[in-house]
Amino acid sequence: MEHYLNLAVTSIFVENMALAFFLGMCSFIAVSKRVSTALGLGLAVIFVLSVTVPMNYLVLNYALKPGALAWVHPSLASYDLSFLGFLTFIGTIAAMTQVVEMTLDRFMPKLYAALGIFLPLIAVNCAILGASLWMMERNYDLAESAVFGFGSGVGWALAIVALAGIRERLRYSNPPEGLRGLGLTFILVGLMAIGFMAFAGVQL
Amino acid sequence: MRFLRALLDRQARHFEKGGRLERLYPLWEAQDTFLYTPGDVTRVAPHVRDALDMKRLMITVVIALAGCIYMALYNTGYQANLAIAAGAAPLDLWQTRAMESMGLPFTPDDLWACLVHGALYFVPVLIVTFAVGGAWEVLFSVVRGHEVNEGLLVTGMLFPLILPATAPLWQVALGISFGVVVGKEIFGGTGMNVLNPALTARAFLFFAYPAEMSGDAVWIAAGTAPDGVSGATALARATEGGLTGVTEMLDPWQAFIGVMPGSMGETSALACLAGAVVLIATGIGSWRIMASVAVGTLATALFLNAVGSATNPFFEVTPLWHVLLGGWAFGTVYMATDPVSGPSTPSGHYPYGFLIGCLVVLIRVVNPAYPEGMMLAILFMNLFAPLIDYVVVQANVRRRRARHAR
Repeated sequence: MEHYLNLAVTSIFVENMALAFFLGMCSFIAVSKRVSTALGLGLAVIFVLSVTVPMNYLVLNYALKPGALAWVHPSLASYDLSFLGFLTFIGTIAAMTQVVEMTLDRFMPKLYAALGIFLPLIAVNCAILGASLWMMERNYDLAESAVFGFGSGVGWALAIVALAGIRERLRYSNPPEGLRGLGLTFILVGLMAIGFMAFAGVQL
Repeated sequence: MRFLRALLDRQARHFEKGGRLERLYPLWEAQDTFLYTPGDVTRVAPHVRDALDMKRLMITVVIALAGCIYMALYNTGYQANLAIAAGAAPLDLWQTRAMESMGLPFTPDDLWACLVHGALYFVPVLIVTFAVGGAWEVLFSVVRGHEVNEGLLVTGMLFPLILPATAPLWQVALGISFGVVVGKEIFGGTGMNVLNPALTARAFLFFAYPAEMSGDAVWIAAGTAPDGVSGATALARATEGGLTGVTEMLDPWQAFIGVMPGSMGETSALACLAGAVVLIATGIGSWRIMASVAVGTLATALFLNAVGSATNPFFEVTPLWHVLLGGWAFGTVYMATDPVSGPSTPSGHYPYGFLIGCLVVLIRVVNPAYPEGMMLAILFMNLFAPLIDYVVVQANVRRRRARHAR
């Protein structure tokens, strides 16, 4: 139990997807103008991450890994399909994104309209593929990958909601001409990363 | 005095719109505000309430810092003299030669020798901070046409106080440049920044130059390493030895007064307490934030005491020591209560302070790299202050809407 708690805290704060690894930057910066929209995207990312990482775990361990197909028939044990990794991972992710998109379109049309193009773009959000690849590289088991996926999603959502809060306040600021908009946001993300460095090196 | 007023008024026409020196108006305005009470009101946050304008607000903070500044002079010199009396070599710096040429002894009992020795380290840092920080502020105000702001006074006063005595002056200049420009001016100046500029500057130096900004060798202005005189702060000792590591070094009373190694101005809880009284009495510092930081620290420290740990001795450090050591008191009183980078809604002060209190203990205990967690905890919560405000405001909107719903 403690192990999973540590993994969750690590993936939320210490190894924050957005602010420690700078993954998923395009939607992170583009959809952080309003807190409500950012929260919607954050929740969508949490959902997609916590489903796709364990799903990709299953795909990896029961279809792709060298010898993973042995459970189908012993004669398939010699096959190694891991070269299909990226393709199948993205496939799972795209499918889950589609599910989220249809659900939002049906039940929350306002949020669906506000997220616009960035909702389907979750499919190519590098934070999401990144989590699956880390799952592969770090050899997480099923429970670990579920916790890791959820934690990474929460960390990313936390970061984007905080950024949106700051950007809503920044409407009252007066930055120099050339920095308005994106420029200031990039610097702001850098400053946020300094804040999150408080957790760098935490030993749990 | 009348002569001075007349002089300023006579020169005013050069600086006002259409005058020859129109671009330099912020400089004239700064002088005018510095010497007299101006007739115009503050236009940007933190907002004016009654007779309190930004000038008085910022000056009150500086007055509240008086005790810490005194301790910065005294304790810096005292710690250095104490180490030298115990056998450490004086640093090979102009400060040491200045002490010798003035004929002052390196004795910890001599109040005057301590004060002068401390001043030789503190005053140059202060001068560099104000010169460099002030230059940026004036440059930005001239180019961008805003007024030179009193906020710099507080930033420039806080920043030297949270530096170690041996900080190289070029790093001081670099740090305050980062703090003033990236932490504040690019957002439009005082009142519009997201992070506390002094903390931004300190964190920048902390991560960029860890050798000069943390560790055991930087806190005492004397050559500690080869002579067996430890320069470690009490918090660094707690990381190694837990509660006993701290109590072997200090008794609580000593820590309360602040005669221990640490950043120049933040060792004394007593001086910060005096500052807290001033800030709360004048209504400038939020007692809500200070109280909830204390509650958060108490709760988290007691929780960690109860949980315990076989491998990490820091778990057993009691709440009392968390409050007395390091930058806790200084951060709680002067940094967490910053009205710009903290939440603006009074009910937002409670979660903000509470989470700072939790985080400072957590960072100190579970992050062995940074035994001094206060600065980072406040910086981290600065990021979430706008979000806390957002939640409070939205809750209020919902409540009012529900009140009128039929």
